[in-house]
Amino acid sequence: MEKFTLALPSSSPPLEVIRSTICGVVSSGNLEILVESNPKSDVCTLVVNTSAHGFREIWEAVLHDFALRHPAGGLGFTINDAGATPAVVSLRLDQAFEICCGEAK
Amino acid sequence: MTTADTSVGRWNKLAISRAERLARAKRLTSGRIVSADKIVELLEAVIESGDRVCIEGNNQKQADFLARSLVKTNPDRLRDLHLVQSVLALPEHIDLIERGQVSRIDFSFSGPQAARLARLVESKKITIGAIHTYLELFARYFVDLTPRVALIAAQAADREGNLYTGPNTEDTPAIVEATAFKGGIVIAQVNEIVDKLPRVDIPADWVNFVVQAPTPNYIEPLFTRDPAQISEIQVLMGMIAIKGLYAEYGIKRLNHGIGFDTAAIELLLPTYAAELGLKGKICTHWALNPHPTLIPAIEAGFVESVHCFGSEVGMERYTAARPDIFFVGGDGTMRSNRAFSQAAGHYACDLFIGSTLQIDLQANSSTATKGRIAGFGGAPNMGADARGRRHASPAWLRAGKEGRGNIEMPRGQKLVVQIVETFREHMHPTFVERLDAWELAATANMELPPVMIYGEDMTHIITEEGIANLLLCTTPQEREQAIRGVAGYTPVGMARDKRMVENLRDRGIIRRPEDMGIRKRDATRDLLAARSIKDLVHASGGLYEPPKQFRNW
Repeated sequence: MEKFTLALPSSSPPLEVIRSTICGVVSSGNLEILVESNPKSDVCTLVVNTSAHGFREIWEAVLHDFALRHPAGGLGFTINDAGATPAVVSLRLDQAFEICCGEAK
Repeated sequence: MTTADTSVGRWNKLAISRAERLARAKRLTSGRIVSADKIVELLEAVIESGDRVCIEGNNQKQADFLARSLVKTNPDRLRDLHLVQSVLALPEHIDLIERGQVSRIDFSFSGPQAARLARLVESKKITIGAIHTYLELFARYFVDLTPRVALIAAQAADREGNLYTGPNTEDTPAIVEATAFKGGIVIAQVNEIVDKLPRVDIPADWVNFVVQAPTPNYIEPLFTRDPAQISEIQVLMGMIAIKGLYAEYGIKRLNHGIGFDTAAIELLLPTYAAELGLKGKICTHWALNPHPTLIPAIEAGFVESVHCFGSEVGMERYTAARPDIFFVGGDGTMRSNRAFSQAAGHYACDLFIGSTLQIDLQANSSTATKGRIAGFGGAPNMGADARGRRHASPAWLRAGKEGRGNIEMPRGQKLVVQIVETFREHMHPTFVERLDAWELAATANMELPPVMIYGEDMTHIITEEGIANLLLCTTPQEREQAIRGVAGYTPVGMARDKRMVENLRDRGIIRRPEDMGIRKRDATRDLLAARSIKDLVHASGGLYEPPKQFRNW
C-alpha cells in the first residue's frame, strides 16, 4: 500500500452545490472515491490509498489536472485504488465531481 | 510455317506431374473418397519434397485433421516443404517446422503460435518469406506462390466430391481456385459425406480427394466479445467515436476491428447513437464478421447489410434468420468469403477503426512485440487508404479535403482510426517513442519492421482524452503534438508542449469530450445495449447460441 495526501489550489464551486457533508461515493471494480466537504474553499484535498507502488508522479499529474479542470475548492476526495489506470481515475473523479456539483463548467 | 508445339513435357510439365501423383494414389482409392486410415499414405503419395503446400488455416476454420496427418508422414520422404497459408494457428503447423519438414513459410497471421515461431526463427530453423496481409497472400497465390497441394476443410461433401463449406467459407475459394487451375492437387477434409449437399460451394472437378475426418474441423470463436468485460473507459471512447467521428463525417460504410473498444461502439448504436438521432445516418453497411455484439444494432434496425470474412461460432442460426442483412445462399445458410470481404473492406468502406498495442510519434501503429512473430491478418488492408478508389462519398470527400488541403484535383481519403486507452494492462503505455517492431525486426532479421498501420494512412486517434485529427495537422511538429495531446499520462503524453496542444485544441485538431458535448457522467455500462452474453441471446430472440466457454448461466 502507498498512501499520500495532496492539497491543491482550486477555485470554489457555487456554495449551494455542497449541500451535505458527504456528496457521494463512486466505485466499481478497482476504484472507489468518497467525496466530502472541507473547510478551505480554495483548496481541494485528495487522499490517495493505492495498492500499486511507484506511480506517484503520474498520480500527481492526474490530480493536478483534475483540480485545474474543475472548481473543486472546498471538496475533499478519498481515493481507494486497486490498480485502476489513469484513465479510470480521471473519469471517476470527473464523474464524482459532476454528481456533486452538476456539469463541468 | 509454324505449328503449335504440343510436344509432351515442354508445355505441360505441371499436368504430367499431377498425373504422376494421382497415379501413385490409385492404390489408395478408386475414386475421390479416401478413408481416414489411408490419409497419411495419400499425403506421402501426392506431396513431393520441395512442394509449396497450403494447409488451410483460416482465421477460424482449420484443416486440423489433415495438419495432424501431415505431421505423421515420414520426414525423410517429405521435407523442404514451403507452407503458404493465411494462418499458422495449430501446434501441428509449427511441429512440421520442428520436425524439419518445412523450411520456408509465407503467411499472414500466427496469433497463438507467435512465440514458438519467433524462437524457431531465432534459431534459424525456418525462413520466413514474408508476413503478408490476407489479400496480399491470396494475390501471390495467383502470381508466384501458387500451392502445388492444398489441404482444405469443408463442412460436407457429396459422393462425387462437391463441397459444402457452410457459413465458414473463408479462404477456401481463393486457395482452391489457385491450386486446381495451376496443376495442383486439392485434398478436402469434411465433417460428413452426404448424398445431397444443401448447396455447392466448391465444384467436384476442382477437388481431387475427400476424406471424412474422425472429428469435426476445429473452429475458433475469435469474434465473440463478452459485453460484461467492457469497461466504462471503452464506453466513453465509444461515445467519442460515435459523436465526434461517425456523426461528424456521416459514416455509413465501415469495418470494425475485433477488440472490446469497437464492441463497445456496436453496443452503443441502439442506445447512445439512437438518442442522437443517428439511426439510418451512420453504420448502415458493413464488411464485418457476424459479431454477436452487433445483434442489438441489427435488431434495432440500424444495419442494412453485412458481408462477412468468415462466420462466428454460435451465429449460424441468427445469420440464417436475417437474410436481408447477411449474404445467405439458396439453402438458407450464410456464405462468407475472406478475399471478397477484404476487397470490400479496402475499397467500399469509408472508415476502419480498431485497437492496437503501440503507436509512435509519427502515428505508426503495431501489435508486434518482442519475442512474438504474429502478423496482422487483414488489418493493414482495412487500415489503409485505398489509392485505387474512384467513387466518391461525402465522408471520403471530406476526409480528402481535410487531409490534402486546397489542391486542384478533388480526391478523397479513407478514414483510418485507432481507438486505444493510453495505458494497457499492467501500466504498459500505448504511446511510445519507438515501436517494439524495430527490435523484433532486428532479432528476426526482417527486411521491414512489422507495422500494422503506417502513420501516413492514420487519420484519427481516439483515446479517453479525446480525438486527435491528424488530417488537419500541417507540419510534422503539429502531428507529433496532436498525438502527445491525446496520449494521457504516458511518458509521451507528459512530454507534450502544453501551449501547442492548447492551440491545437482551439483549432479543433484535438477535441476533448467536453468540446463535443459529451457528458462523462453518462459514460457508464448502463449505456450498453447488452451487458452480458445472455443479453445478446435475448436480443437475438434465442437464435444466437454462444459457445460453452461464454455461458455462465
